[in-house]
Amino acid sequence: MSSLADSPSNVIQPHLDELETPPLSLGQLAWRRFRRHKMAIFGTVMIILIFLYCFGGMLVFSEADANFNDTSDRLQPPSREHPFGTDTIGRDIMIRTIYGGQISLIIGLTAMLVELIIGVSIGALTGYLGGWVDSVLMRMTEAVLVIPQIFLLLVMAKYFAQSIPNIEFLGRTFSGSVLVIIVVIGITSWPYLARIVRSQFLSIKENDFILAARATGTSTREIIFRHILPNSIAPIIVSATLSVAAAITLEAYISFLGLGVRPPTATWGNMLEGAYKYVQSAWWLWFFPGALIALTVLSINFLGDGLRDALDPHSRAA
Amino acid sequence: MTSELLLEVINLKTRFHVAEGTVYAVNGISLSINQGETIAVVGESGCGKSVTMLSVLRLISIPPGEIASGEALYLGRDLFKLPEAEMERIRGKEIAMVFQDSMTSLNPVLTIGRQLTEPLQTHLGLDKQKARQRAIELLELVGISDPARRLNDYPHQYSGGMRQRVMIAMALACMPSLLIADEPTTALDVTIQAQIIELVEHLREKLNMSVIWITHDLGVVAEIAERVIVMYAGFIVEEALVDDLYEEPRHPYTQALLAALPRIEQRRDQRLRSIPGAPPNLLIEPKGCPFTARCEYGFEHCLVEMPPLIQVGTNHQCACWFDLSAGKPR
Amino acid sequence: MTRYIVRRLLQAIPLLFIISVVLFILMQNMGDPVATMGGRKVTRKEDRIRLERQLGLDKPILLQYVFWLVGNDWTKTDMDGDGVAETPGVRKGVLRGDWGISLVNRQPVTEVIGERLPNTLLLMITAEIVVISSALLIGIYSALHQYSVMDNTITTITFIMYSMPVFFFALLAMYIFAVNFKKWGLPYLPTVGMFEPEAGQSFGQVMWHMVLPVATLSFGFIAGYSRYIRSTMLEAMGQDYIRTARSKGLPRRQIVYLHALKNAALPIVTLVALDLPFLLGGAIVTERIFGWPGMGRLFLDHVSRSDTTVVMGILMMIAVAVILFQILADVTYAWLDPRIRYK
Repeated sequence: MSSLADSPSNVIQPHLDELETPPLSLGQLAWRRFRRHKMAIFGTVMIILIFLYCFGGMLVFSEADANFNDTSDRLQPPSREHPFGTDTIGRDIMIRTIYGGQISLIIGLTAMLVELIIGVSIGALTGYLGGWVDSVLMRMTEAVLVIPQIFLLLVMAKYFAQSIPNIEFLGRTFSGSVLVIIVVIGITSWPYLARIVRSQFLSIKENDFILAARATGTSTREIIFRHILPNSIAPIIVSATLSVAAAITLEAYISFLGLGVRPPTATWGNMLEGAYKYVQSAWWLWFFPGALIALTVLSINFLGDGLRDALDPHSRAA
Repeated sequence: MTSELLLEVINLKTRFHVAEGTVYAVNGISLSINQGETIAVVGESGCGKSVTMLSVLRLISIPPGEIASGEALYLGRDLFKLPEAEMERIRGKEIAMVFQDSMTSLNPVLTIGRQLTEPLQTHLGLDKQKARQRAIELLELVGISDPARRLNDYPHQYSGGMRQRVMIAMALACMPSLLIADEPTTALDVTIQAQIIELVEHLREKLNMSVIWITHDLGVVAEIAERVIVMYAGFIVEEALVDDLYEEPRHPYTQALLAALPRIEQRRDQRLRSIPGAPPNLLIEPKGCPFTARCEYGFEHCLVEMPPLIQVGTNHQCACWFDLSAGKPR
Repeated sequence: MTRYIVRRLLQAIPLLFIISVVLFILMQNMGDPVATMGGRKVTRKEDRIRLERQLGLDKPILLQYVFWLVGNDWTKTDMDGDGVAETPGVRKGVLRGDWGISLVNRQPVTEVIGERLPNTLLLMITAEIVVISSALLIGIYSALHQYSVMDNTITTITFIMYSMPVFFFALLAMYIFAVNFKKWGLPYLPTVGMFEPEAGQSFGQVMWHMVLPVATLSFGFIAGYSRYIRSTMLEAMGQDYIRTARSKGLPRRQIVYLHALKNAALPIVTLVALDLPFLLGGAIVTERIFGWPGMGRLFLDHVSRSDTTVVMGILMMIAVAVILFQILADVTYAWLDPRIRYK
């Protein structure tokens, strides 16, 4: 056997890098992880279906259909004519869930936006600037967090109760209380997001690349928006997604307790108001809106969980 | 010193099934140790020396681990065939292990005293009082001052060297026949290291214990071992008495390891010798000799078949197709 | 440690002040308490003005706040509307323990709240015990049988439970266990109040009536906590000290329930204390649905009738409780974790 060992440079090198796969971009990695999460896919599909149901349903039934009532037809169990039954004054429940759903979903999304804007701003400011700004704003945040959100919501809903009249929008009439509820949920929810954003900022700003940016004269605004924020986007996205579910649930709670969205506008929550008096006699009154809320919240939670695994895999707490 | 055979490992193969594939960590290891002997298992990080001993004690998590084949005969009984309850009786009592990182290997929320008395109560049936008494003696034995008070302390209140002594005390509590020390001094200062080595030696003599010392530090090996086993990529490449190994290494890997040791008499302008290349990817099923890529003497046959361990002298075995002493392939 | 506690308590005081001021101002616009006083509709203008004066509602907000805080027995108010202050006030103010009178039923606020508070506490404490014990059982089981069919089922169910709104669970539970059980002739659970009026308030009655409300209050928390315990147990079981414990030949029970659990369950203490606000929030909905005469229902009733004093009383009490619990959580955790206790 010949020896190829004349000099080290003739050493045989088996190709050890065969097992290496070509590098993937961050987005591709995230998508792969998301795809593996069957529940998240289920959640996403459900959310799309629910959206189609609520907003697509507009094309099939008009709002007048939702409000059409025939008291002789009241409290009918589900039938072919009324798939979800009728309510206490004879309105078709299925159509009401379609229109009610629109409001519930809109409230969820818009409240989340309010929370997002306030929460990210305050979180960024306190996290980045520190000092007395941090102290003062964190006191404020703590103050809001100390009172349970529902209590605050009830008080504020009552506070703003009659203040805004009905709104005309796109040819439809909405109760002013919709806006009230959106604002109220938004301004009681921001502390949760602010805390997350603040801790992200606190840890990211210690990195050397931030120091480098400052050394080269980058303005504070640019540092926050172009350097720190993009790096902390993952938990913000996850938190924002989950807060849509929270907002929908909260709206349902306070409407259920009678202090939420007022007539003429229907939401899933206020369809449940008083429905518990009919627990045994008319289960369809509360079952359908309640199930829709539960399903929507569940799907959003699945989606949020999947997003968390995909974007922020190291943050798993539970 | 009696030379009764204590532990015999025969053709052990351990694998790990992970997302990326299968890790071939241990690929056919056979070793034996007699009563009262001290042997050292040497090799780079990742060569499988720890996994081998963890496999013997069945401390590998299954899954993802798998003991694919092999036997581990302790006093003639195959440990791999014993029910778990039997293993529990052997662990800590007959065979004990000391781990490398004493900070993470001790339970932070239990007192040292609690962790010391546990094996005493479990294996020797001592009541609380007697166990405490014995624990104090153990702490004294390993050189912890004020042991009665220190029993009530928590691991974080001890220094690194003291924690390692406690780990040794814990391992020796029930006077095992075999102590496996997995790099116990790697994380310590050189001076503390010397103390720990001396301590183990002293205790070994006193209790006539066998010790398997796992390390990657050839300096430590020279001090304490009678016999040395050199491992690479899950295989044993050389085994010899300590003096023979240092004087006349027969495997290119051992030779390169020894050559890489900085020597005090080296001239300052001489470059330190290192081994070119990197250890092989354990995700690939091994074929041929794993050291070939980095070996000065490698040739075609090395890629084809793993050389068997053959006798190359008294108490000296080597697994290589190239005969270093003769300067040509066998 | 004592210094730490004192410092936290001192920090809490300005916080409470700010909260009370903001809430007080917030509530001025809550509606007209005078409109529904004592159930009778007050229509005559003179009566309204007289009532407002009697209740001190005609004063500027800041003054009302001051009176609420420190009372008005050190000054005179004008009770008969002649523009001359002649009657000395009778209120001592919150700082001296006088929380004022309910605007709705003229009872002292402390009495009003005191009547209902024990009922809510009963619910909450029982719920908390149920939550912790169930979560530990489920969490540990899941961790020990990771990826088994049972574990996966539990994970899915807990996820669903965690996402379900409280009232949906309550209505479903009511429907199945109260309504349908009755229909099917099975022993059924009651759904209203603390006891049957005919039977009187006995231990048995209250226990039986507590089943559905406690279940409703706990299910969400059980879901969340068991997932948490599962993950902390899994983490603990993967630690080096567990390997050491196994190498010592310790029996499995001891390894799981002492070595692992003690590490895994430590943070639960903090969680329990910090979840107090959410537990209270859940209590409102639960009490409403099941007609449980507790503080949650009290709050609802009095908010809808714009009863400022009672609402302030409840809110401030909650604020104090939450802050105290936060401090308690920190202190307890520091005390339980030897790494912090013996620094």
